[in-house]
Amino acid sequence: MDTTVQAAPKPSTPSEYKSGLKPVWCPGCGDFGVLNALSQVYHRLEFDPMNTMLFSGIGCSSRIPGYLKGYGFNGVHGRVLPIATGAKLANPELTVIAAGGDGDGFSIGTGHFPHTCRRNVDITYIVMDNNIYGLTKGQLSPTSPGQMVTTTSSYGSIENPINPIGLAIGCGASFVARSFAGDIKHMVDVICQGIEHKGFSFIQILSPCVTFVGKDQFGIIKNQVRYLNEVEGYDPTDRSHAFQVADETGQISLGVIFQHPFPEYRHGTEIVRQRLIKRGVPEMKDLIAKFRP
Amino acid sequence: MRALITGNEAVSTAVRLARVELIAAYPITPQTSISEKLSQYCSEGTLDADFVKVESEHSAMATVIGAASTGVRTFTATSSQGLALMHELLHWSSGARLPIVMANVNRALGAPWNIWGDQSDSLAQRDTGWLQFYCESCQEVLDTTLMAFAVAERVNTPVMVMLDGFILSHTAEPVQIPEPDAVDSLLGGGPSPPALVDPENPRTLHAVTSPDHFMEFKHHQFQAAAGAEKVSVEVAEEFGKIFGRNYPGTEEFMCGDAETILVASGTAAGTVRHVVRKYREQGKKVGMMRVRMFRPYPFDEVRRIVSGAKRVAVLERAISPGSEGTMAQELRSAAYSAGGGPQVYDFVAGLGGRDIVPEDIERMLELVENGADKLQRVNWLGLKE
Ligand SMILES: Cc1ncc(C[n+]2csc(CCOP(=O)(O)OP(=O)(O)O)c2C)c(N)n1
Ligand code: SF4
Repeated sequence: MDTTVQAAPKPSTPSEYKSGLKPVWCPGCGDFGVLNALSQVYHRLEFDPMNTMLFSGIGCSSRIPGYLKGYGFNGVHGRVLPIATGAKLANPELTVIAAGGDGDGFSIGTGHFPHTCRRNVDITYIVMDNNIYGLTKGQLSPTSPGQMVTTTSSYGSIENPINPIGLAIGCGASFVARSFAGDIKHMVDVICQGIEHKGFSFIQILSPCVTFVGKDQFGIIKNQVRYLNEVEGYDPTDRSHAFQVADETGQISLGVIFQHPFPEYRHGTEIVRQRLIKRGVPEMKDLIAKFRP
Repeated sequence: MRALITGNEAVSTAVRLARVELIAAYPITPQTSISEKLSQYCSEGTLDADFVKVESEHSAMATVIGAASTGVRTFTATSSQGLALMHELLHWSSGARLPIVMANVNRALGAPWNIWGDQSDSLAQRDTGWLQFYCESCQEVLDTTLMAFAVAERVNTPVMVMLDGFILSHTAEPVQIPEPDAVDSLLGGGPSPPALVDPENPRTLHAVTSPDHFMEFKHHQFQAAAGAEKVSVEVAEEFGKIFGRNYPGTEEFMCGDAETILVASGTAAGTVRHVVRKYREQGKKVGMMRVRMFRPYPFDEVRRIVSGAKRVAVLERAISPGSEGTMAQELRSAAYSAGGGPQVYDFVAGLGGRDIVPEDIERMLELVENGADKLQRVNWLGLKE
């Protein structure tokens, strides 16, 4: 059987990178912005859809693979990172992007996050953070701010939220950034940098849920935003600067927060192999001979 | 008091009446409204319990295991993928002999994704040591959840109560709400797990057990689950005396002289009952057996019910790829163990929320009565060409 796949002509505009499927998101949802940004990223980086694979978990945000050209994979809740890791290791030529929500990434899937950070496989992970479980209609998420009222915290949350940026830096991620669904140009720039970075890139995108958190979210976020590339003296290679951003209150820094050229996972495998070759691997018969009395 | 409530509200009402002390849950459609309601009760103090918004179903089961080990009454609810994720701890909780109660709102398992009802999620957990009860109405959901606590605590074994996703979980029916005092008289005493954490008498629970002792632990567990049939019947009788509603482990509907018995569970039984009535009016000897208690499996009772029939047709809302339907497997082993027995036919319908309509049941009857030679080991109803 001939299994060769005929390459489709490469899309020539951002909108041609969209699949044409109509998103089922609520009107005004931040995820529309992320979709528009990703179609522009695909266009700017001249992605070949045949060689691009977008993975997700489950949630409103995780619907995104269906709306873009290229291979899409809708996985189980919270398992997007190990699935994407498997694909990237098996086929290093693929551009692998993982996406999902804050519930997917920071509640049920949290266990995978530290390990993907420290393993540093060349994947770009976009978390569309809306501080709520959108798909299941408005329950408390691990990124919901303290005292937030949701359908599982009718009188205000009593839990402290997780700090995704601090977690990523602490777990040894080599690229950590934040952007905002209300600023397409910024998202495009940051996602492109993340994809071009060799290793694991984590990008938190503040993507408001207009239905269960509120339409005012865009305005509230916008009023607190500052851009790190405009901050004098900010050095994204300095972990202490990055931790200060992770800890900030009252303002929201957007841009590349931390970047460090840790060796990518494949590179590590190569180093080990070379080391072994240099040392020389003994033949099995020589080994057996060594133990014979 | 009578109230118009959904299946999910029936569960949360029962949990409140049972004065559960710790609830841990993670949202998943179509279960979510059970835990939302319970979290609200806990915040308001109308249920004096802790509600923990855990990070996954695996953590939900782990949290109730920890809590139940200290001797408090616990509850969680889930569906589908969430139940599958709990699998490891389902074995653990039953092995640890903890009287945890859980509602599972039946929903199909992916891939591909689907949020609608079928029973493949809970039937796949049949060997975990959890007792399983399948309900047909909102009243039965409320009553079974209450009885579940009594059974779980008397046999120190966890109990799962099943209701069909959306068809029951999101449909409102008039339900008789029991008085709290009456519930207390059924559930008085509270749980007493055998492995209770006791600071006066410290011991390590569930440590590595060598081949010298492991089988004896499992034998105890096995005996307890088998004995749960008798206990469930006793609890149902007590319940009947207090509340006037009776629940046999297996429902017989016009089975006495039936030549053909249809077997169903959950809400599909309502459709089957409707068809059976219609055929009876035409003089046909048809009956229905509804599986309510699935674990422990009531072998003797099932054998007694079906042994007089010529044929039995099982309606499955689940599949076991590479084998036949789970309900048919169990029924065959009950029906044939005495030798002889009726011919058993297996039908799959209603997967992933597809409606099971009276025409499906009529077709099934037609096939077993007049076209049995054309039937295969497993027969799919309502499949699109
Ligand atoms: C094992 C499992 N548990 C629960 C669910 C139900 N579920 C689907 S999406 C979701 C959370 C959605 O929130 P988030 O990941 O933040 O994405 P959003 O919808 O907000 O974009 C939940 C709890 C599931 N699909 N699988
Ligand atoms: S529920 Fe919220 S996150 Fe989901 S599509 Fe609607 S606005 Fe977006």
